[in-house]
Amino acid sequence: MNKEELKEHLATLLAEPQFEEGTEWTTIAIDPAAWESLARELKNAGPLHFDYLFCLTAVDWRTHFTMVYHLTSTTHRHTLVVKAKLDHENPVIRTVSDIWRTAEFHEREAFDLFGITFKDHPDLRRLFMTDDWKGWPLRKDYEDPVNMIKL
Amino acid sequence: MDVGPQNMERQNLEPQKNGSKPFPGEVHPTAGGGILVTKLDEVINWARSNSLWPLVFGTSCCAIEMMSTAGAKYDWSRFGFEVARATPRQADVIIIAGTIVNKMAPVLKRLYDQMADPKYVIAMGACATSGGPFFYNTYSVVKGADHVIPVDVYIAGCPPRPEALLHALITLQEKIKGARNE
Repeated sequence: MNKEELKEHLATLLAEPQFEEGTEWTTIAIDPAAWESLARELKNAGPLHFDYLFCLTAVDWRTHFTMVYHLTSTTHRHTLVVKAKLDHENPVIRTVSDIWRTAEFHEREAFDLFGITFKDHPDLRRLFMTDDWKGWPLRKDYEDPVNMIKL
Repeated sequence: MDVGPQNMERQNLEPQKNGSKPFPGEVHPTAGGGILVTKLDEVINWARSNSLWPLVFGTSCCAIEMMSTAGAKYDWSRFGFEVARATPRQADVIIIAGTIVNKMAPVLKRLYDQMADPKYVIAMGACATSGGPFFYNTYSVVKGADHVIPVDVYIAGCPPRPEALLHALITLQEKIKGARNE
């Protein structure tokens, strides 16, 4: 599916699809509450078949977080970027580790460094930092007077 | 005693006092072992400095430059470094080629402790020297590998070119040749 066909197809799935313009890959902003059903559709629907989650990350905008999912299809060779806006005080989103197995560790990383909670994740604990680490190091407001020298 | 011009010259050579020159060369005019021990040190230092076996250790991009130095173009085997060992038990010099993070620090310490004496350390590049680009605003990087283990030679650069690493290795050789076993 090319970009336009992909957009048209996605428009049939969502009531109000919000596409980002001027991006290399088709990018769509979604409501976190609708993420699970959409993710299953993206993975399982024959013409979409996004079977490969090749990147999962988060962005701290100080006012909110954005979860970013990069999906591609190894059969159709099309790519989609999904973005979900999360609350800064209580960032929660449903896990996709049961849909794309690779998300299990990616979500642990996002939890470890950004403190984003993934609902229903089978093993949500720290990945890179030590188990007794306090705080979320990649957040913009992170302070660490012991290890960090502020410029 | 016949003090000819030739003998005068020979007499002036000993006892040697080389002044500002680093060891070797201070030969004590004591009867017996003085000269022998001193000369043995020189031989041992010469042998050590020309067969330094580096440990296969690299934590980031400096390791790529280190591999390049080991490769055919720069070829550190010209100076006796070609026997890179994957075990610290057989290595003489550890080239800290890359960033040392807090989680890596105990590993580095253990590797250094496992190396047999005499052992030498080269801090390659900005990260190993001071934390480099990760000095400010980072939660995970050790601000210089010398917080963990003692360092003999530091190399500037990010990453240093292979020539710089070769220069550091030769500097280390000079340092070893000037060393004295007490």
